[in-house]
Amino acid sequence: MAVAVGRPANDELRNLSLSGHVGFDSLPDQLVNKSTSQGFCFNILCVGETGIGKSTLMDTLFNTKFESDPATHNEPGVRLKARSYELQESNVRLKLTIVDTVGFGDQINKDDSYKPIVEYIDTQFEAYLQEELKIKRSLFNYHDTRIHACLYFIAPTGHSLKSLDLVTMKKLDSKVNIIPIIAKADTIAKNELHKFKSKIMSELVSNGVQIYQFPTDEETVAEINATMSVHLPFAVVGSTEEVKIGNKMSKARQYPWGVVQVENENHCDFVKLREMLIRVNMEDLREQTHTRHYELYRRCKLEEMGFKDTDPDSKPFSLQETYEAKRNEFLGELQKKEEEMRQMFVMRVKEKEAELKEAEKDLHEKFDHLKRTHQEEKKKVEDKKKDLEEELSNFQKKKAAAQLLQSQAQQAGSQQTKKDKDKKNSPWLCTE
Amino acid sequence: MEGELVQPAPEETPRDANPANVGLELFGYVGIEAVLDQMRIKTMKTGFEFNLMVVGQSGLGKSTMVNTLFKSKVSRKPTGPGYEERIPKTVQLQSITHVIEEKGVKMKLTVTDTPGFGDQINNENCWDPIIKYINEQYEKYLREEILISRKRKIPDTRVHSCVYFVPPTGHWLRPLDLEFMRRLSKIVNMVPVIAKADTLTLEERAEFKKRVRGLGRESVYPQEDFDDNSDDRILNNKIRDKIPFAVVGADKEHQVNGKRILGRKTKWGIIEVENPAHCEFPLLRDLLIRSHLQDLKDITHNVHYESYRMQRLNESNRLALSPINGLLGKDEVESDL
Repeated sequence: MAVAVGRPANDELRNLSLSGHVGFDSLPDQLVNKSTSQGFCFNILCVGETGIGKSTLMDTLFNTKFESDPATHNEPGVRLKARSYELQESNVRLKLTIVDTVGFGDQINKDDSYKPIVEYIDTQFEAYLQEELKIKRSLFNYHDTRIHACLYFIAPTGHSLKSLDLVTMKKLDSKVNIIPIIAKADTIAKNELHKFKSKIMSELVSNGVQIYQFPTDEETVAEINATMSVHLPFAVVGSTEEVKIGNKMSKARQYPWGVVQVENENHCDFVKLREMLIRVNMEDLREQTHTRHYELYRRCKLEEMGFKDTDPDSKPFSLQETYEAKRNEFLGELQKKEEEMRQMFVMRVKEKEAELKEAEKDLHEKFDHLKRTHQEEKKKVEDKKKDLEEELSNFQKKKAAAQLLQSQAQQAGSQQTKKDKDKKNSPWLCTE
Repeated sequence: MEGELVQPAPEETPRDANPANVGLELFGYVGIEAVLDQMRIKTMKTGFEFNLMVVGQSGLGKSTMVNTLFKSKVSRKPTGPGYEERIPKTVQLQSITHVIEEKGVKMKLTVTDTPGFGDQINNENCWDPIIKYINEQYEKYLREEILISRKRKIPDTRVHSCVYFVPPTGHWLRPLDLEFMRRLSKIVNMVPVIAKADTLTLEERAEFKKRVRGLGRESVYPQEDFDDNSDDRILNNKIRDKIPFAVVGADKEHQVNGKRILGRKTKWGIIEVENPAHCEFPLLRDLLIRSHLQDLKDITHNVHYESYRMQRLNESNRLALSPINGLLGKDEVESDL
């Protein structure tokens, strides 16, 4: 049965006028209700040196106390610490994750400081990409850990950006929404602050760092966003302690020379930061992360793996087939490598065997040689022994013979003397 | 209790190793709830899309019903002579798209009609073109989603709801009805309605409903498996008790008690379409538009589209299941594109 899908009418969409109340104006409410029952995720990354006030600012922003111990300055490298919290305000549940850069700026050699940060951001994107690529996936209850906003804490030197700041921001600007803020702004005087801000902004522009642009296309927020953008980077002061000012308690920092009120717009830009980050643009930050930064990451990652979109008239599921081809190629390579390794192994074994055989042969030879030498030596010794024995026996004979002779001679001698004596002693001996 | 996660090697995500999300007290107003307004503004700006399909034999009042639902001339009713000319020889699908706006909310409404369904003498497999159409929309969306450089907002032509018109015989569901509902409720949100219910008295209506309710109830929208929480379940149970809705469609207004009311004028009275005592059209309208429209879209996206995608990706990849590259990190499932 032939199917003719007629008149999709995509080009000219007719506008219809309704003759009564239909009721789909409740759609945004339906959508919002769904989202509130599921809850929201928001992930903030705080990049800044140790002790610059990241934790305090987070406490001040969200009006609560996030438990954390201050970090030491002895970290060997930059480490990212992430903590998740569940906040609830009226019927909105927010799953807030705050990621801290521990040890940033503490090392002597800061060349690689940005790397753990970039790796962390990429890891979150990768996790989402993997979930998205699964066959059986559950994206609607996936806990999104991608960083939606990066607060970059600039030290209040009053001069310009440090080179570490420039390098780090440049590496991060295509991966995350960067909102630069000047920390501990109560150490800068007002006139210096203005110069400092413009210096920072011009440096960012001249180095091509793309910071987050507050959206100005929607009329309801365009105005407030435009006015706020002028004050970038926000000079903030954080404090969780309350000081009595007038007749009410408000968050402030008390000095001998005065009190810096956190929520006083003349004193610092904290209120502006809170407006921009939470009350006006939270949803836009999330959307930008998903539609811009994540898509860029995904595109780069897939292209890096060798996939490309084919031309429109080409076969379908090119990704699928390319993937298959790549997979087979990879498998083939693996096999080849395995073969190679196996062959090399076999060769090595053979070599070793030959070597060992040689060594064995040498040993045998040596052994034979030694044996022979030993035999010869033994023979020589035997000969010598024989000679010696002969000599000994000769000597014994001679000795025996000599003794006999001697004893004979002695006997003869003694006889002779006796004869002589007798002769002497005979009476006959006349004396003449 | 703290959920501290120290990350020496930033491969771990906080999600994996953070055992307890700490619930914290807010000491004062922060302004988090402003995100609701932000979301509302954003959705009003982007507008909504809704795709509805109406299926049923000709003459059951499908076009009238759509016009009544959206209070405008969405569908062109077949007018003019030649009854035989109007019935197509095969099932055809015709989509019409309109943009309607109410109180600042813009909606792009696409209504797909299916003339010729169930009208032939031999109606075997007359649901095939419909199933094919629905799957084609899923396929289109899938292709867009797979692209490397994909659009910011993928155009959504997937059918969010299929309204099936059951003729008011008063007896049982016909085999055609059963077959169709059984097959299609697997791939799309199926909302059956009893058409032209003004031919049934209230008792007959109750009888008819009782008989048809047992058959294939699990697969009809709203399905029990997808109730999010107990509130939803209570609400949906009320709806499930009334399904299928007995509806009457009308797009002419008449004078009743001094007010102009949509209704059908007959010799024996005026049937007020929006009067819950007369017919259940308000229930259908509320379900489709006022309360469950977003839910219809969500179920289409999260359930039906996902199962189509899973099936599609599985069938084009019947090779070995060994994990490759960094694409597949998770244990049981193989990732694919």
